[in-house]
Amino acid sequence: MMEMNMVQAINAGLHQEMAADPDVVVLGEDVGRVGGVFRVTQGLHEAFGEERVIDTPLNESGILGTAIGMALYGLKPIPEIQFADFIYPGFDQLVSEAAKYRYRSGGEYTVPMVVRTPFGGGIKGGLYHSQSPEALFIHTAGLKVVCPSNPYDAKGLLRASINDPDPVLFFEPKRVYRAVKMEVPTAPYEVPLSQAAVVRPGTDVTVVAWGAMLYEALAAAEQVAGDDQIEAEVIDPRTLWPLDLETILESVRKTGRLVIVHEAPRACGFGAELVSLVCEHAFVHLQAPPRRVTGFDTPFPYALEDDYLPLARRIVPALRETVGF
Amino acid sequence: MPRARHLASVPANERVTSLDERAWQRRRSPSGQTSELPTQVPRELKLRLYRAMLLSRRLDERLMALQRQGRIGFHVGHRGEEAAILGAAAALRPQDWLVPCYREFGALLYRGAPLSAYLDQMFGNDADPAHGHQMPDHFHSKAHRCLSVSAPIGTQLPHAVGIAYAARLKGKDDVALVFFGDGATSSNDFHAALNFAGVWRAPVVFACRNNGYAISLPASKQTASDGFACKAVAYGIRGEQVDGNDALAVYRATRDALEAAAAGEGPTLLELVTYRLDAHSSSDDPRFYRSDEEVAAAMAQEPIARMQRALFETGELDERADEALRNAVEAEITEALRVAEERPKPALDTLRKDVYAHTPWHLRGTT
Repeated sequence: MMEMNMVQAINAGLHQEMAADPDVVVLGEDVGRVGGVFRVTQGLHEAFGEERVIDTPLNESGILGTAIGMALYGLKPIPEIQFADFIYPGFDQLVSEAAKYRYRSGGEYTVPMVVRTPFGGGIKGGLYHSQSPEALFIHTAGLKVVCPSNPYDAKGLLRASINDPDPVLFFEPKRVYRAVKMEVPTAPYEVPLSQAAVVRPGTDVTVVAWGAMLYEALAAAEQVAGDDQIEAEVIDPRTLWPLDLETILESVRKTGRLVIVHEAPRACGFGAELVSLVCEHAFVHLQAPPRRVTGFDTPFPYALEDDYLPLARRIVPALRETVGF
Repeated sequence: MPRARHLASVPANERVTSLDERAWQRRRSPSGQTSELPTQVPRELKLRLYRAMLLSRRLDERLMALQRQGRIGFHVGHRGEEAAILGAAAALRPQDWLVPCYREFGALLYRGAPLSAYLDQMFGNDADPAHGHQMPDHFHSKAHRCLSVSAPIGTQLPHAVGIAYAARLKGKDDVALVFFGDGATSSNDFHAALNFAGVWRAPVVFACRNNGYAISLPASKQTASDGFACKAVAYGIRGEQVDGNDALAVYRATRDALEAAAAGEGPTLLELVTYRLDAHSSSDDPRFYRSDEEVAAAMAQEPIARMQRALFETGELDERADEALRNAVEAEITEALRVAEERPKPALDTLRKDVYAHTPWHLRGTT
């Protein structure tokens, strides 16, 4: 065990996977000598050489398209998109190509790649360095969407994603990158995909949050526990899609209430799907309308990011109102 | 006369000129005489190539008729482009990769894919290798190192570069041959792929079928440059313009490019100048954008008659053998079509197959 932040944990995981399997390659803008703009790939270039840690031309469609070709050949590419906001030039390669390859080839061809990308706000990055586009990819059949919230999960989920035979989008909450430290095993381990974690047990209301917003949900839960004697059960899905719905349903059947917290805009966000699923499968257990505490349906604002983000101060009233309904 | 030149060897001030209509006509109207290097290609290969061209031509004609009768949903063929496609396919070695656009079913068949599998895909029946998931002419075959057809334009080009990069990393000398039309040169992924391939010196051959049109738009609406091969110069790779109606010229150019790539000399962009005799697809009506006279003029240069003339001139084929060959091709197609059309549709549960390696809970059940 060693105390690590998320950058260090992912970096250690990449080192281990590349050392164990010569088919694992990393590619992207500045991932080589510099080690990525967030230094997540630092040291890989020296350890594994420029043929496996590839500094690419600046073209996201090219990065993702060539990674797809590598995966089709039998490699396990891990392309990095420098910010999730820059994924749109490569969107077609992800949704039309990576996501569809297994289906359109009757299962003959597969694209086992892991697209790593930092996402979310809270670092004063403005509207081109703060977006949370996870819903676009959850909506795309054939893609898996993973979002760790802490260093331990990040390293374990990364290994599980690399070993998964399908294309995985691995959203890394950059606000958490260096803000959270915890004990992480130095030996390889997996956190299985599609298994949610009950991060805080509770009886009165279920809160589902992921990425950096998990910490806001936990802070809100602590506040209402002290102020209002409301015990919120906080769930981190960890893998957003395919979802571990059963853990969420089990919680809602117990608490009878649901609050969802996410950074992305509300309209057609993943929260909308979660509400629908809970209503379809556990409607009779609900004692209050499900609530969403989310970003706004605007571009991400630079100067007002603390007002845009669903911080604990916006979650607390939602918990009170839901329990008091 | 085949028109082929290595643009990298052309002085810089001569490389790129404006698109000149007379030059364009010259390319579209080659002499139509004998094929290049007839004595340097084995007779067996030439006859195999000629048979494959005949098979592709008749398949195109038969499939288009079936589409008009409502028996298949769609067809996008390569009538008139047989030399460009099959000449290139004939140069592939077994270890090389075929990355198709959507007109290259003939190339897949040339590599040994069963005609029945292609037709099963055309009918979307229960033997379709794609399990009925794709519309007609969106074929693939992993056994024949042929990737899967995508409808968005140009997306396959970076895949070919990735394949090539991976092969080199694994210490193999596999080369990826990727097909695309002149319209695809306008796509983001064309530029991304050539740029990545140039920087990486990836063993990939880009085969641009310049068939004159991207659906209704003439090539002059895709580029202001002097054809497409010259674009290679900007990416630091070789570019060569080839008479795409001369099967043996295409074969030679592709073979040279494959050999160069396999030897570590990097990528080549081939511009195969040809003509699309039919509509873009069964959904298109070319009478809106080109004249009958233009098509008739192109028909006079079409590649199968040229290949036939060349084989007759060298004595490698006579009229009697030619007729026997055509009859055999016809019989093969008729029987394969009968079998494929009689097969049932795929089972309902194939709807949910192959989305992921393992079917998650939300894809089970009935709603």
